[in-house]
Formats: sequence, structure tokens, C-alpha cells
Amino acid sequence: MMWKTAAFSGWGRLPYGTSQATRPERFGQLRAAVTGSGAGTLIARGLGRSYGDCAVNEGGRLVLTERLDRIVSFDAGTGDVVVEAGISLRSLLDIFLPRGFMVPVCPGTAYVTVGGAIANDVHGKNHEKDGAFGAHVRWFELMLASGEIVRASRDSDTALFDATVGGIGLTGFIVTACLRLARIPSNALIVRERPVPDLDALLAKLHEEASATYSVAWFDALASDGSLGRGIVETATVSPTNIQVKPRKPKSLPVTPPSLVLNSISVRAFNALYRARVPANGREKLLDYDRFLFPLDSVLGWNRMYGKRGFRQFQSIVPAAALVPLLERIGRSRAGSFLAVLKAMGPAGTGMLSFPTAGYVVALDFPNKSGIVELLSDLERITLEHGGRVYLAKDSCLSAQGFAAMYPRLPEFLDVLERVDPKRRLGSNMSRRLGIRGGTP
Amino acid sequence: MTMSRWLILGATSPIAREFARLAAAQGAEIVLAGRDLEDMERSAADIRVRSDRTVSVVEFDALDMASHEAFARRVDEEGEGTLGVFVAFGFMPSQTEIDAAPELGAHVISANFTGAVSILQWLKPVLEKRKGVVVVLGSVAGDRGRASNYIYGSAKAGLHTFLQGLRIVLDRAGVRVINIKPGFIDTSMSWGSVKDGPLMATPRALAERALKLADGKGAGESYFPWFWFFIMTIIKSVPYRIFRKLPI
Repeated sequence: MMWKTAAFSGWGRLPYGTSQATRPERFGQLRAAVTGSGAGTLIARGLGRSYGDCAVNEGGRLVLTERLDRIVSFDAGTGDVVVEAGISLRSLLDIFLPRGFMVPVCPGTAYVTVGGAIANDVHGKNHEKDGAFGAHVRWFELMLASGEIVRASRDSDTALFDATVGGIGLTGFIVTACLRLARIPSNALIVRERPVPDLDALLAKLHEEASATYSVAWFDALASDGSLGRGIVETATVSPTNIQVKPRKPKSLPVTPPSLVLNSISVRAFNALYRARVPANGREKLLDYDRFLFPLDSVLGWNRMYGKRGFRQFQSIVPAAALVPLLERIGRSRAGSFLAVLKAMGPAGTGMLSFPTAGYVVALDFPNKSGIVELLSDLERITLEHGGRVYLAKDSCLSAQGFAAMYPRLPEFLDVLERVDPKRRLGSNMSRRLGIRGGTP
Repeated sequence: MTMSRWLILGATSPIAREFARLAAAQGAEIVLAGRDLEDMERSAADIRVRSDRTVSVVEFDALDMASHEAFARRVDEEGEGTLGVFVAFGFMPSQTEIDAAPELGAHVISANFTGAVSILQWLKPVLEKRKGVVVVLGSVAGDRGRASNYIYGSAKAGLHTFLQGLRIVLDRAGVRVINIKPGFIDTSMSWGSVKDGPLMATPRALAERALKLADGKGAGESYFPWFWFFIMTIIKSVPYRIFRKLPI
């Protein structure tokens, strides 16, 4: 196997030390990569869209999965597609949207692999209606640390299935997975946007629009007091008719701007403009799936906008009662970026470490500057006090104690790891930071 | 002109895989040829779902030259219409590995040069009969011998010269011979030996370029990406006394 030494980071571009990395191009090379000897622990890495350190492994080894990206089979009768784990949702959508099939759950970017989507049990704007990604996975084949390939589904080895869905890669390497694609009546959505003056109005509007397939709210993270939670509620329902779709030509951010370009003044200006787009009585438009689900995918490498120091994202699910203290603390920090999202979530799935569960999800980015770690620690405390949880796919700061309290099925998860990886060959910066299997950060 | 059928030699490389996907999307029948049958079957299934085209998998070993005659006959017998041949196999151990095992030197020449000559000589009458196009991946490494990569480079230089002659011969039969000399492509060949950076191109981009050239009217040599023309013009013109000191 060809290994190279390089520094890898998450999407937040925080600086981390180097790892050994290999990228199998043929199916047979995966086993060689997984079973070969080498320094430290091993973890799979897909397209690197997890924000923090769940696919970072300083001093250890990374197996990059993106070149194993083939479709094994497709059944147009059921919508079942079997794929290698390195295929991106982008590829799946390019192939299957024109045939009237949709990836049933998509996160905010299509540039994630199927393996990563399972390992983080990602969710989308339709969580209330359709659950998380794992709910649409029929089965997968997992290569354990020993090189043995085992098949898990809801009927066979359920424990391994539930440990792998949301299990941040610690159970093994997904080789192939079977997803059930959803049949869609058209390529378009009817999107409604309504401005809301404060948090009560925002929650009321989300509640009122509960029948919509997709719903999400953007909020102004710098607003405070009476205008706390002001923003725009966006909902979408499936359109019965097609629209003409022009292919998107994503642009790249050509340079990394200085870190100080994003400050509370520029963000305030952006937020005012962003709100002003939508007239007071709202607006309605037809959009194709791609432009509705992945607005940020029109700028490749947008994460560089936060400059060399990178950024951290905070994302948690909390009950409604925690929203005011969370948003107040965020507003007071004046550190929030313009990418701030609030959404009502549906019930939890079966993944032991899956993030999605009933409540409200709050997500926003913070440029990585002094005081941010302290802010995130406050937000962790508020989340924990209200029985909420932090999303591992986005996290770079959560404490081991906070993690154990937020994810009560951790002991079950550890039992599975003890069975499938008794020699503790798998691990990541995140698993060590969170003290999973007694690792030290 | 698009081909009715594409024979892809060395089909497990990521460049070949992307090329096969693109050629199938244009409507061509695909023949994947290489050593790793298990992996090629997975690629074949992938292309069938993506494009709903006929895809077959054939064992091919560039080094097993005794098998090339039968292989070429099978290609002739098992398909219809125009034939495109994409030569994508290659083998590039590091110079350090070659120096540690001297027998590897001749092996690199066989895998990159002699094997290609052998199969193309056997395929020549098939191409003359069926008409079509040959696209071969050469290399910028063939333009000038360097301390760090001269065995692989000399194999590619031989290949370039072979193709120059083959081009003239096949041109008389209406078959074009295209030689693309890629620079750094992000595959296992460059993994760990070339740093990521603006010079690195994706396998997909190279595959797109190769197919575009095949669909066009021209033949001949070209660099990919285009700016390697300028880099290699400079590298070829640096005087030896300076060149020998360069860390390349």
C-alpha cells in the first residue's frame, strides 16, 4: 500500500498534525490498507466535510475512501441502490434525479460520501418527515479492523448496524451499502420564505408549517433582546410539475481572505441584506432540488472564507426552553457568522450515537478566534442542562464528560466496539478527545 | 467521431475508469481489459447502471505478450463497428525501489513500453479493418531523462517514438493515433511522491480531455494540462551542467 504523510483537517480547517494516508483505487486494496501494519490507529475518511476531528487522526492512519465510488446495482422497482461507500451524494443525484429518484435524506452539501453519511447519520431539512440518513439504509457490508467483512441490517446483527449508523467510523470500514431512493413526482419544489420578527414568531411559523416536507429557519445570530431570533422561515413542498433546470457551475473561492474580513460589522451588514431580500409578506418560488438543498455548493471551498485560522461550528438539539438562553449567549458573544440555522426535528432513529432526536436544532459557525472555545463550552453547558446534545459531525470542542452525558447509549456502543475491534485498532482524534474506549486526547 | 466500441487497456486505473464512464455515456460499448477481474467486474456493473450500455470484462496482461495475439483476435471477433483503443496501463515504481532491485528496471520497460508495442502491433490490422482511433497515455517524463525517474521516462520516450511511427502507418488506413503526455495526475502513481498543488490535475479532467481528442479530427502529441508544454520546453532546453544540479 502507498502511504503518504500529510496534515489533514476537517471542514473547519483547524490546524492538526500529520497522519499517514492511503487511498485505495481498487477494491482489493482496501483490505490491504485496513489490515496492514503501521503507526497508531486507523479511521476512514471520505470527502472531509465533517467539520471537526472525526476524520482526523494525528499520528495515526487514514484510509481515504473516495476512489471506491461505484454503483453495484440498482432496482428501479424498489429504488434500492447498492453502492461502494466512497460514492458521493453528488454523483448519486446526478445519475438518479433525471430518472425520477431522490436521495431521501441530504445534508447541506452533496459533497459527502455515502459512507460518511452513514457514519454521521446525517439529516436534512426533511428530518421531521423522513428521519435521518440511516433510516433509509437497508443493509451494509462492513470491513472490520481484522479485514473480515460482515453484513449488518435491521434484521441481522442489529447491534452492529445501530452502532455503525452515527458511529463516526469506529466500528469499521463500510464497503458497500444499500439505500432505498425515493421516487419523486418532479424535479422541483415549491419554496416559501417568510420573514419573522422574533423567536416566538419563528417557532410559531415552523409549527404552522409542520405539514411541509422541508422546513428550516435562518436566524440573525447578532440580534438581541426584542429581536432575538428574528429571521426567515423557509419551507418547501414537492411540486407536481417539472421545471427547466440549468446545470449549476460551481465557482471556487480563489484565495483565502484574511481572517478579519468576517467581523461583526460585515456580518451585521450581510444579515440586514439577507433579511431584506424577502418582502414583509413573504415570497414563493419554484426551485430545483439541488439549488434548494445545497445553496452553499455553488461556492466550492467556501470554508476558506474564514481565513487561515479556520472556524468552529456549534450544532446542538435542545428543547424549546433552551433556545432563549442559547441564542442570548450567542448574541452576546457577537461572534456568530451569517450561517445560522434553526430547525424542528423529528423523533430519533436507531443509531446508538446518532445525533437527530426530537427538539430544535441550532447550528452556526464561529470564526476560530480567542474566546470561541470558552463560548462553545458555555453552549455545551446550556445544552447539557436542558438535556440536549451536540452533533459530533460538526464538533471540535465537546468534553468527554459532556459527551457521555449527552449520549446515554454509549455503553451499548462500547460493547459493540469491544466485539468488533477488540485490539482497538480503530480511532480518531475525536474518539480520543471524547475518551471513547479510554483514549487520551 | 464517436466510436461504436472502446477497448480500455489497463481498466482499473482511475483515469481509465473515468474514461470508460464518459465513453459509455456517449453510447459506446465498453470492453474493460486488465488483470484485476474482480475490480473490473465492479466497474462494469457501475457503468451498466450509469449508462445502460453493454460492458464486458476481459483479462489482459501487458507483460504476458504470448497472449496478445489471441487477445487481439478476440477483440476483432467479438464486436461490431468502429473501435477506439485507450491505452492506460503503466507501472511506475520509484527510482529508489528500482535501484534496490535492479531487475525491476527491465520490468518497468516491459510494463510501459514493450507490452504496449506488443498489443498495439497485434491490434494494428484490427484497427485498419474496423477504423477508429488509438489514444495512449504517454508522459512528460519521456521528454528528458532525469535522475529521479529515468527508467520510467525512457520507457515513455520509447513509447512516444513508437507512436510517432505508428501514427503515420495507421493514418494511411484512416486511423488516428493520439498521444497525450500528462503531467501530475492525482492517482496512486503520484500519491506520496508529488505534493498536492496547482499543478495536480484530476483523473476525470484527463479522461475528459482524452475523449474530446478522440472525438475530434486531429492526431499527434499534446500535453495535459496544456501548461506542461511550457514547463517541458524549459526543462528540455536547460543546459546539462545546470540540469544535473536540479533536484528533479
